[in-house]
Amino acid sequence: MKSSNIIKKIREILLTLLAVFAFTTVILLLAGAPPLKAYYHIFKGSLGSWIKLSYVIKAWIPLTLCACGLLYTFRINLWNIGVEGQMMMGAVVTTAVLRLGIDTQVPNLVLWLSFIGGIVGGAAWALLAGYLKTRGGVNEIFAGLGLNFVAQGIILWLIFGLWKRPGVASMSGTEIFPPELWLFYAPGLRISPAGLAIVIIAVIITAAMLRYTRIGLNLKAIGANRDAAYLFGLRPGKYMLIAMIFAGGFAGIAGSMQVTGVYHRLLPAISSNYGYLALLVVMLANYNVWLAPAVAFFFACLNVGSIQLPMKLQLDSSLSGVIQGALVLAILAIHAWRTRVKFRAAEEAPTKMQQANGSRVES
Amino acid sequence: MFRKLILIITIICFFASLPAAITFAAKEKPFIFGLLLVGPYNDRGWSQAHFDGGKYVEKNVPGTQMVYIDKVNPADRPGVTIPQLVDDMVAEGARLIIANSDDMKDGTREAALQHPDIHFIHISGDDVITGKAPKNLANLMGRMEYAKMMAGFAAAMTTQTGKIGYLGPLINEETRRLAVSCYLGAKYAWVNVLKKNPADLKFQVTWIGFWFNIPGVTLDPTQVAQNFFNTGYDVVISGIDTTEAVVVAGQKHREGKKVWSIPYDYIGACEGASDVCLGVPYFNWGPGYVRLIKASMAGSWKSEWLWLGPDWNDINSEKTSTVGFVAGPALADETWLKIDAFIKDLGSGKVNLFKGPMKYQDGRSFLRPGEVASDKKLWYMKQLLQGMDGQSSAK
Repeated sequence: MKSSNIIKKIREILLTLLAVFAFTTVILLLAGAPPLKAYYHIFKGSLGSWIKLSYVIKAWIPLTLCACGLLYTFRINLWNIGVEGQMMMGAVVTTAVLRLGIDTQVPNLVLWLSFIGGIVGGAAWALLAGYLKTRGGVNEIFAGLGLNFVAQGIILWLIFGLWKRPGVASMSGTEIFPPELWLFYAPGLRISPAGLAIVIIAVIITAAMLRYTRIGLNLKAIGANRDAAYLFGLRPGKYMLIAMIFAGGFAGIAGSMQVTGVYHRLLPAISSNYGYLALLVVMLANYNVWLAPAVAFFFACLNVGSIQLPMKLQLDSSLSGVIQGALVLAILAIHAWRTRVKFRAAEEAPTKMQQANGSRVES
Repeated sequence: MFRKLILIITIICFFASLPAAITFAAKEKPFIFGLLLVGPYNDRGWSQAHFDGGKYVEKNVPGTQMVYIDKVNPADRPGVTIPQLVDDMVAEGARLIIANSDDMKDGTREAALQHPDIHFIHISGDDVITGKAPKNLANLMGRMEYAKMMAGFAAAMTTQTGKIGYLGPLINEETRRLAVSCYLGAKYAWVNVLKKNPADLKFQVTWIGFWFNIPGVTLDPTQVAQNFFNTGYDVVISGIDTTEAVVVAGQKHREGKKVWSIPYDYIGACEGASDVCLGVPYFNWGPGYVRLIKASMAGSWKSEWLWLGPDWNDINSEKTSTVGFVAGPALADETWLKIDAFIKDLGSGKVNLFKGPMKYQDGRSFLRPGEVASDKKLWYMKQLLQGMDGQSSAK
């Protein structure tokens, strides 16, 4: 039973990847690009040298952090699309802490504080969406999307107003921080040990939380069947908020990472769309905590490697955006197919559906 | 059997690689230079002017080859940084890298420190003046002020309502300087040529917040331009990287309005807007690029700050003039004669518009009576001038 399950999962992932490549190939052909060459350049551009790999890891870290956070909310069946805004607010609070810490004697302390600030910022923003859901009855997708726009607005307002560079009014971002307040990168390796440690710990914590703790179990129970869980004495509202706090906290760290490790300042596009991308990552990984980092790595490679397309093949650079869009379509197609298969299986065996889907069966 | 197969394959591989090796030895390694463009390479504005500059180098300096990446900004390429792209280009063999946006200042400096053996040109920057530049980083800019004066001159000669709009990008020293230059050219035409009252000339600057439109982040330049035309401004001068002003002017013209526009940056920016385009002040990056790239190739590279002007013998010379102004199809012939005279006066030094007394917008003195602005004072323009409407800095 168990081994057939694993085979099934692997088959599904292979199918998804196949669909992804098929979609992408069609698009490349339509754009008049040689697909094999394009794949080769993407591969070489992302894994062809240590420097390139180091950039992949740089993108992988925030992506994986967001994905970790989303695992909690997906587990309780919440669509935390507000992860993007949570990342932005994490970045905002991080920037605020760093600004206070300019000229400090203890830059490392300030950096750590700024990460804690990032967690608080992201979690608070997620909590807001959570409260809107549990108290206000606002669907978390709408609340999240709305709060994403608000977070973007706050960033723009800060960059253009409160935190503007002297004599300048530009959307390009705030003044760059002094190098003492940059996340430490091992010079030869070009990798941030702290960043890497944080993301590995995050994955392990998430796996452990979801698998071995009461919170993880309860999240799953409520996600599977809210009403039944309620009858068991679980309070769905409370656990939704808990899931949101975790999601927002991890997204917030991802925001801190972007400020301290990548851009060294706050800018409007600080979240780099990693939040939205992480939603895809988690879905593609079929909500599996061990697969999510691998899928995130794949997307990070694509992100870094696709720069080769305009540089080497003179392809219009918007093509990598189109490819990413195609990925979304491919994933959705697989998703739809998966649900249909599940549904069919359920039709054949109604009791099985109860277990798999956990939805109520009227009797 | 198996061994034989391997042997055959090895032999085939050997002979297959021979021609490649021979051509490799025969051909000298090209000097590869990289170009980082903030916008699309075909934006008919700032970035295309740079792209053409790179093509000019390839054509005129034998043995050079360009690699480029466009849309280098965090909105178009999320998560991508300048040092990362520089690493990619260096891996491609680039030995000199040009970064074409003020937005890339910090990233370029960071990359230059990481690659001390690669030469860098940061366009429009001032790291060399401020002393922040490492030895392998140079700055290059064109004295666009002159061409902007010509643009302002053309605008004032053409306007019928006396209201000129300036579609500004973000606010910094460079953009203030260029808006001011337009205003001074306009005022000169208004007062000295048309003999009108300076108080009747309205010059409004509206900033969108970045060099080009980023939906949801900047003001929409199309809307700003429409707003100008709808409120009585009949000439809009563009200060942004892209062509919205002249496009909107064309639409308004087709609706029957008497309006004109002056695009920016790219010599071909008037194309397709012949009914409304009064001319374009443009950059010709070829000569500046050639100068620095030749220096790099010859080993005579210096970390210098170049602010290259027009060649007054022929401001539209592709070979020698870093900035130029070409008349547009909508410019009246008699106005062109006046502009031509104005250009001659600028070139001979008979007319110097940056001569005091001149006051900043808040009334503080910019130039004392008789004082001629030094390069440094001009470069670091702190405010707009008195007589102009619009923000001098962020609120």
